[in-house]
Amino acid sequence: MNSSSHTEHAHDDAMHAHHGSLRGYLTGFVLAAILTIIPFWLVMGHVIESRQATILIVLGLAAVQILVHMIFFLHLDTRSESGWNMLALIFTGVLVAIVLGASIWVMYNENANMMPMSPQYMHHKQGS
Amino acid sequence: MNTIATESSAQDFYCREEPHGHNGTLLGFWIYLMSDCFIFAALFACNAVLGTSYAAGPTGADVFDLTGLAVNTALLLISSVTFGFAMLEMARKRKRAMLGWLAVSGLLAAAFVGLEIHEFVTMIAEGAGPDRSAFLSSFFILVGTHGLHVTVGILWLIVLMVQLGKHGLHEANIRRLQCLSMFWHFLDLIWVGVFSYVYLVGVLR
Repeated sequence: MNSSSHTEHAHDDAMHAHHGSLRGYLTGFVLAAILTIIPFWLVMGHVIESRQATILIVLGLAAVQILVHMIFFLHLDTRSESGWNMLALIFTGVLVAIVLGASIWVMYNENANMMPMSPQYMHHKQGS
Repeated sequence: MNTIATESSAQDFYCREEPHGHNGTLLGFWIYLMSDCFIFAALFACNAVLGTSYAAGPTGADVFDLTGLAVNTALLLISSVTFGFAMLEMARKRKRAMLGWLAVSGLLAAAFVGLEIHEFVTMIAEGAGPDRSAFLSSFFILVGTHGLHVTVGILWLIVLMVQLGKHGLHEANIRRLQCLSMFWHFLDLIWVGVFSYVYLVGVLR
């Protein structure tokens, strides 16, 4: 007796979770547009003197925009698919952070500690 | 007495309902997208490591056209939103309006791919092809892989639109459309990383 109402409820949930609303899409679009225009303006207009600071701000805004896309376009929350979507996302996030972080860290040290290239070797490389 | 009480409370630990939602396909497709994240993570890592290995060739600031990039970014973002509108029309069972929005999304994405191919061809003609330096190799493979995903997405969209036109909004087509919608938004999400890191940060470093 309960199962049919339960199925309907789950179906409603899924419909709601996967289609979003007009308001949601428009909010997402406006936020994403703002979060896109700011970094373009910063880089194209040379607004900030420090390159390091500009890079950090651009990457920070990208991270925020990715969250905006996940919430308003992919409709991700902790309830969809009984939380399995979120679990898979967190798992992927951890592994991607390891892949990116470790690659950059290891290769930076590799580069920094590499023997300087001798002019002789450079000549040899260019000749070959 | 005590044993019975323990037994009944122990039984409550069993899951009486199916723990994996009602539709496994969407979860499965989401896990595919997560595995796709790893492909892009590896290519982003390549770009992060090789992004300054210019081999005395052109740098990011020399070859990137930021105005064109802004147009491309806008095209993909708007296409993501119009796909959302199509999904809203699908929920209301308005097939014609839905097909219209899907066509708009497809055309915007096709314009995106067209501009990207134009950019690649221009760069190669200027001698900044993927064989010029490690920086350009990592750039072409990352942006190219994303572009290939968008191209396949457009093909999928065309096939699905034909199916929707012929057979209407039945359950299987709704499920397919939901998967494609996830794919579409996911590619826009990856593009945020591409334009921010590869292009904007690439120009600065």
